[in-house]
Amino acid sequence: MANIEVGGKSYETDEEGYLVNLAEWNPEVGVYLAGTESVDLTDQHWEVINFLREYFEEYQIAPAVRVLTKAIGKKLGPEKGTSEYLYGLFPYGPGKQACKIAGLPKPTGCV
Amino acid sequence: MSEGAVKKFMFVNRKAPYGTIYALESLEVVLITAAFDQDVSLVFMDDGVYQLKKGQQTKGIETKNFSPTYRALEGYDIEKLYVEKESLEARGLSEDDLLVDVTVLGRAEMGALMNEQDVVLSF
Amino acid sequence: MLHIINKSPLSNDSLGSCLRVAAPGDILLTEDAVYAATVGNAFEGKLREAMGRFKVYVLQADWDARGLGDRRIEGVSAVDHGGFVDLTISNNCCQSWL
Repeated sequence: MANIEVGGKSYETDEEGYLVNLAEWNPEVGVYLAGTESVDLTDQHWEVINFLREYFEEYQIAPAVRVLTKAIGKKLGPEKGTSEYLYGLFPYGPGKQACKIAGLPKPTGCV
Repeated sequence: MSEGAVKKFMFVNRKAPYGTIYALESLEVVLITAAFDQDVSLVFMDDGVYQLKKGQQTKGIETKNFSPTYRALEGYDIEKLYVEKESLEARGLSEDDLLVDVTVLGRAEMGALMNEQDVVLSF
Repeated sequence: MLHIINKSPLSNDSLGSCLRVAAPGDILLTEDAVYAATVGNAFEGKLREAMGRFKVYVLQADWDARGLGDRRIEGVSAVDHGGFVDLTISNNCCQSWL
């Protein structure tokens, strides 16, 4: 367990830096977490992050990369539904890295 | 893990969702198995059919409501969901009470389906 | 298929559910499930009825541990641990009911 300070507020994170209470997440926290991953957030990143938040809201899990890739392709267009595109945005893995920035737990089935 | 023969895996769910950890554990194993491109079937029988009951609200028991996750299974290419008819009827439920599309099977069809499997895991 | 049951049918419905849906095959009763194979228990009728479709075994060590002696229902066979292994080999698939 650790704490991060964002905008004068303290947020609890686990040993891998994932937000413990995802209800506490806000875009400012997202920007901070992206900083810890050395990711500069662009509109393309936010599309994926927002998609992940919606996915979690609906299904209560963080999707596996394969599932995320397919679902992104459906929602945002086939040119974005590829692992090249997603790894381009999140070099350490869209599942792991994008989920962390989106304030989600590590994906189930992340093997 | 694309090499190797595809095996038929069946997960038999017979426990209600929140009284014990079995239902959630089963769901997590199923999601992990999905990564290995196997032929996965899910069976819900006995109190296991309660896992699929619509309208679960777990705030009051301070437990994660994992019932929405069953609706994510389709995205994981897990589309073979079977419910045993007598179990459903014995609980005063019908297909309309369930939060996902399922195939309802009679006991003989269920038994035959079990016999076709390479691996059966019971939860 | 080999079905393995380890709960007493008088306090748990695993064996009942197994008998209801399973296709004909082998059933091995272990731990508290061995009580199902005793003469005079309330489940005896159901087990006898199912024995037309299933070959029923009890695990000898669990049987002996519970002091059940000669109370075994006729037609039920006892196996030792080696016999248990043989059953898992002669069947293409096993299901351990919870």
